[in-house]
Amino acid sequence: MPLSTVWVHAENAGDKPKTISLENISKAREIAGNVEAWYSGPNAEAFAAELGKYGVSKVYAVDCGDSLPSIPLASAMKAEIDKGNAPDLIMFASTYDSRDVLGRLTVGLDRAAITNGSDVIVDGDTVKVGEAIFGGSQIVHTEFRTEKPYLAMFRPKSFEASPGGEKSAEVVAVDAPEKGKVTITARHEEERSGPQLEDAKIVVSGGRGLGEAGKYEMIESLAKLLGAAPGASRAIVDAGWVPYSYQVGQTGKVVKPDIYIAAGISGATQHMVGMKGSKNIIAVNKDADAPIFTIADLGIVGDVHKVLPALIEALKSR
Amino acid sequence: MNVVVCVKQIPDPAIPGQLDPQTHFMKREGKLILDDSDAYGVEMALQLCTAAGGGEVTLVSMAPNNETSGLRTALAMGAAKAILVSDDSLAGSDALSTAKVLAKAIERAGEYDLVLAATESTDGYTGFVPEAIAALLGLPSVTFAKSINIEGGTVHVQRQTEAGYDEVTSPLPAVVSVTAGVVEPRYPSFKGIMAAKNKPVDTLTVSDLGLSGVGGAAAGQEITAVDPAPARQAGEIVTDEGEGHLKIVQFLETQKVI
Repeated sequence: MPLSTVWVHAENAGDKPKTISLENISKAREIAGNVEAWYSGPNAEAFAAELGKYGVSKVYAVDCGDSLPSIPLASAMKAEIDKGNAPDLIMFASTYDSRDVLGRLTVGLDRAAITNGSDVIVDGDTVKVGEAIFGGSQIVHTEFRTEKPYLAMFRPKSFEASPGGEKSAEVVAVDAPEKGKVTITARHEEERSGPQLEDAKIVVSGGRGLGEAGKYEMIESLAKLLGAAPGASRAIVDAGWVPYSYQVGQTGKVVKPDIYIAAGISGATQHMVGMKGSKNIIAVNKDADAPIFTIADLGIVGDVHKVLPALIEALKSR
Repeated sequence: MNVVVCVKQIPDPAIPGQLDPQTHFMKREGKLILDDSDAYGVEMALQLCTAAGGGEVTLVSMAPNNETSGLRTALAMGAAKAILVSDDSLAGSDALSTAKVLAKAIERAGEYDLVLAATESTDGYTGFVPEAIAALLGLPSVTFAKSINIEGGTVHVQRQTEAGYDEVTSPLPAVVSVTAGVVEPRYPSFKGIMAAKNKPVDTLTVSDLGLSGVGGAAAGQEITAVDPAPARQAGEIVTDEGEGHLKIVQFLETQKVI
């Protein structure tokens, strides 16, 4: 039996809904009769029109002003639930803000949440969340032992975002009983070239094996030639070679491109979680025992400083 | 300036993790170490105290079997004291239980201006324990800090976002979670390691904290099945002898991307 209503915490990236919000909404449409969204960004009417194309019937809009949304949004959700308007399940995304809203709400409702989900299964009266653990080597299925609404957070790319069940989503402005305490005073966007990591068909990532920050240039040239997005392992992000927005992995972005090229990346669990779902994986690494070779479709045991320049030349001359 | 730092002691991440086949709780036997992610918070706290011209860093941790080896590492870096909550009933705690335990422990740390934590632990990584602690303590919270500055009663944070970073300000006290790379953690000195042996570690049980309804028995979720993930087969592995790049070109051609 499907669920009756599911709420999805939806966020914007610029003037569009985030892909992960559309992914969660698409899944919600599949498991529930009615999908509603919570939103605290700008231009709620236009945003709701977009969500309507994915089957959302109602958007609760909360004005958080210049503050981080966790306190106001969670307090507004709780107030709505306390009024008796409660869904069966609330889906959050493993984004910076959504995770924080969930953190506040789990305390507000005094109710546990399941995080890092990659699947949700409705089986009769039970709802189960699938989660990959230990670097994606095992899938655990976890059942809620709480009252409804169940609280769950999902990782990017867990579901396919597909329009459907078109509705004209009504916008309902909701007051937040608690105001935010943390003020955003400025926003900075780091420039990056090429396609977005999460959406790219090809991703070329570099790791510690590049040896030094300057050698990341090779990754950028190769990415440019292939129309790919450049990515990175946590090691070189921590080392300050490239900005955090390049990071692929458990703490970074999850990517599922057609082709993932890992250069000088040994394949720590932290990294593999973020790219294991790629259709094809090509790895170049000096160490023949590097874990990345256990999942590579094509592995080149060799020096990235030789293989990459040769590859770049070969592609240029085509 | 007094700072409380939440730290986790975890099994060595180099050793593959395991679930107990009966309880499905994560196995935490053997020696535990300080989670690498927490070294950044400890270092940040020490630097903030130095910048403020004084103050103390207090560690708060929850771990089985009165485990202190990870805490000793952080004490050796320069933290003054630690509060450890250790109780058999806490095995299998969910993130909300963990937050409740840590929040209660923080209330015993005396006067503080700031609570620091990692953005997520390496082994469990729910990532919402810091925000939940803030909610329980009634404090504001900033997650994913890549730099922290204190001015008077306000903390200024550069907070990571998908696109770059935001500058945010919050009144103190507050809970802030820090990313790896916010500072470079120091290595404990020999003197620090010796001094750490005699620093106070206050070990408490759940009932010492006056808490109930926490731990594995109160968990709001239950693992009902554990399956191996569909395994990826390794493909062709070639040793580069000057022709490696051609194999890649060929592969890209087969995939029709060039």
